[in-house]
Amino acid sequence: MAGIVGYGAYIPRQRITVEEIAKVWGADAPSYKRGLQLREKSVPAPDQDVISMSVEAARNALRRARIDPAEIGCIYIGSESHPYAVKPSGTTVAEALGATPEIHCADYEFACKAGSEGMFVSFGLVRAGLVKYGLGIGADTSQGAPGDALEYSAAAGAAAFLFGAEKVVAEVEETYSFMTDTPDFWRREHEHYPKHGGRFTGEPAYFKHTLGCARGLMERAGVEPGDLTYAVFHQPNGKFPVRAGRKLGFTKEQMEPGLLSPRLGNTYSGASPIGLTAVLDVAKPGDRILMVSYGSGAGSDGFIYRVTDLIEEVRDLAPRTTHYLDGNKVYLDYGTYAKYRKKIRK
Amino acid sequence: MLTTARFWRETPQRYRMEAGRCTSCGKVWYPPRRICGECKGREFETVRLPDEGTLYTYTVIRVAPTAFVDQAPYAVALVDLADGTRIMCQLVDCEPEEIELGMPVRLEFRRILGEGEAGMLAYAHKAVPKR
Amino acid sequence: MRDVAVIGVGLSAWGELWDRSLRDLFVEAALNAVEDAGVDSVEAIFVGCMTGGLFAQQEHIGALVADYLGVAPIPATRTESACASAGAAFRTALMAVDSGNHDVVLVGGVEKMTDVDGGGATAALAAASDQEYEAFHGVTFPGLYAMMARAHMAKYGTTREQLGLVAVKNHENGSKNPHAQFPMKVTLEQVLGSVMVADPLRILDCSPITDGASAAVVCPLEMAEKIAKKAPVRVTGSGQATDSIALHQRKDLTFLESTAAAAARAYDMAGCGPGDLDVVEVHDCFTISEIMVMEALGLVEKGQGGPAVEAGETALGGRIPVNTSGGLKSKGHPVGATGVAQIHEIVTQLRGEAGDRQVAGARRGLAQNMGGTGASATVHILEVA
Repeated sequence: MAGIVGYGAYIPRQRITVEEIAKVWGADAPSYKRGLQLREKSVPAPDQDVISMSVEAARNALRRARIDPAEIGCIYIGSESHPYAVKPSGTTVAEALGATPEIHCADYEFACKAGSEGMFVSFGLVRAGLVKYGLGIGADTSQGAPGDALEYSAAAGAAAFLFGAEKVVAEVEETYSFMTDTPDFWRREHEHYPKHGGRFTGEPAYFKHTLGCARGLMERAGVEPGDLTYAVFHQPNGKFPVRAGRKLGFTKEQMEPGLLSPRLGNTYSGASPIGLTAVLDVAKPGDRILMVSYGSGAGSDGFIYRVTDLIEEVRDLAPRTTHYLDGNKVYLDYGTYAKYRKKIRK
Repeated sequence: MLTTARFWRETPQRYRMEAGRCTSCGKVWYPPRRICGECKGREFETVRLPDEGTLYTYTVIRVAPTAFVDQAPYAVALVDLADGTRIMCQLVDCEPEEIELGMPVRLEFRRILGEGEAGMLAYAHKAVPKR
Repeated sequence: MRDVAVIGVGLSAWGELWDRSLRDLFVEAALNAVEDAGVDSVEAIFVGCMTGGLFAQQEHIGALVADYLGVAPIPATRTESACASAGAAFRTALMAVDSGNHDVVLVGGVEKMTDVDGGGATAALAAASDQEYEAFHGVTFPGLYAMMARAHMAKYGTTREQLGLVAVKNHENGSKNPHAQFPMKVTLEQVLGSVMVADPLRILDCSPITDGASAAVVCPLEMAEKIAKKAPVRVTGSGQATDSIALHQRKDLTFLESTAAAAARAYDMAGCGPGDLDVVEVHDCFTISEIMVMEALGLVEKGQGGPAVEAGETALGGRIPVNTSGGLKSKGHPVGATGVAQIHEIVTQLRGEAGDRQVAGARRGLAQNMGGTGASATVHILEVA
């Protein structure tokens, strides 16, 4: 059965705390932390972007997959912060991996679910037999407008998944997508920061689609939350995914390994994919994992994976996600963060 | 200013660390060249350099060329890769006072520079401490 | 092959010369050299210039200076070997004369460096490194020499203080040179407390940005005795060599192979060795450079450059005075002009005209000029005729 043959994450080392941002804008840090269930977020250095992080995450996936990069037949990078508005991120990444020229490539954008789209299509092409290996990547270096609620959570990170039909680490048991036209968050062309619908981003947007997708997915697969070992949801903050999981009947233990947002922030297209890498880092053979992404606009992609015996063999061929998440962090002051994120007019 | 072609033609070296190994004496040249400086051989095979090594020497640039002013201060280093090939690159993800000669490093893919807000982006590898 | 003599030397004003253009500078130096020589015409010109294009948007320097000297249609050629451009011009002029192709030749160098801002100057100078594999990564010339300094310190125990003492000595010498751009004396504390440019090198470890030109008149020795106003100085040795342009390709980052190779050739030609010199001008673009050049010239053993400076061996009155002019550090460093300005100092010393910085009884001197991080080097030995 087709599935993931290699996975990898990448997260920049810089962090900024909710307190540091709140201090500048005169906001009440404790209430933000409580409201968002989030302590800090990752920040890309000026030399890190979707392309550079995607290369690193994909190289980690290749280390685990142990395949010839020339056999990768498609590369799809999902992001809402591609460095170029026109010119694919995927071409640079594929070139850096040594996967050119016989490869199909497209950059995806669907707010925070572009990464899972890349995974979905890569898996589909592998299962259809059109490509031997497919590479799906979710990566973002998203920004919230200075002082906006989004600024406390918009983070940076990438996750890459190689799909194939042999030497599978996590088989895809079921997939399901759920989508409506719901304008809860958007960014018009040439605008630097996104706009959002405030509390409208909750019930009619995030929850409707996340829950709709998860329920549809489990129904199709004929499983209950109790049949699954882990659940990973899109995590724009620390609060939404926990509430969604509880409504669906998942326990804290099922959600905890994949819930990174309290100490990572919202990595947008990277969010649920990076959560999945963290779960694969600790999963045992036979474990079943539900993953549901969410992208504003709005829709969710869902997957159920079954982990194979191979996981033990490949896990430590690349750095674990916690290596990036908890090791070697450095905290920025707001001034440095503003400089790094080009929020200072020159 | 980088012209597109000038940057593009270095892609194999910058993106994939491709070097040329002289088929007669085995010397690895990075970037590749047409004539071996050791044995004058003219035939080479393409090899990819290892992504780990140790720091041979370094400096911290405080007064930078115009295109790099926003990055200053930044460290530039000579790194001895695991196969003995020495390369020059930036050393990032560490404070100047953490740098020590001989420290183990790995190469990461990073943006080197962008020509303002509208120009082309240049990517290559930088060293980071191996942790 | 004919013996060649220097019969005239001249410099333009050096410094931040807002009112002078590249052509003004060279004409001023050339007129001084021709006046010093006492000749009224030259047959050819060789002019060193590192990067008129990047500094002043001006190439085609040979024709430009011939035109503005009013000597067209004589042949005029610009030579370029980064900061060794004038050293290379001097060697080319020697070959033009010793071969019999020309008799009286004007040689010099020029650089107009202040028509760009600091970042532009840093980028222009960085063009002498490997553009695609060094400058691409944001390294600067102080940065490249800083890496060499750190390697030298690690290998030989050269100290930060020893580097600083090179600057102290050269400013002391420069204070006795009316031509120096920065004639002020500096203390070791000032050097060690100055602004960091590229660790471990500070601003007082670096030669300055200078507008300036240099010139000399050379001719066959036989003719010199008849036409020159002053006693001719004979050129007895000339060597030039190259090394890998990028530091990462060097076999030994702490040794300047090209300077050693150029010196070996010049010593051989002159029939002398490093122990036979009375005065030496070296390319101290950074304090570490002077220490490494001393070692490559054989003035001291490898690794002993720092201790020799500390012991005062290279000071005026020491065993072998180095950079009596103040060096690039204090006198200034208009990059394309430096090589012939060093010849100017050696000629001045051998004529006994160096005033307060005169090395008593100097009869043989050496000038070493270097481009990039030592990828180009020229060495010339001059003697009282």
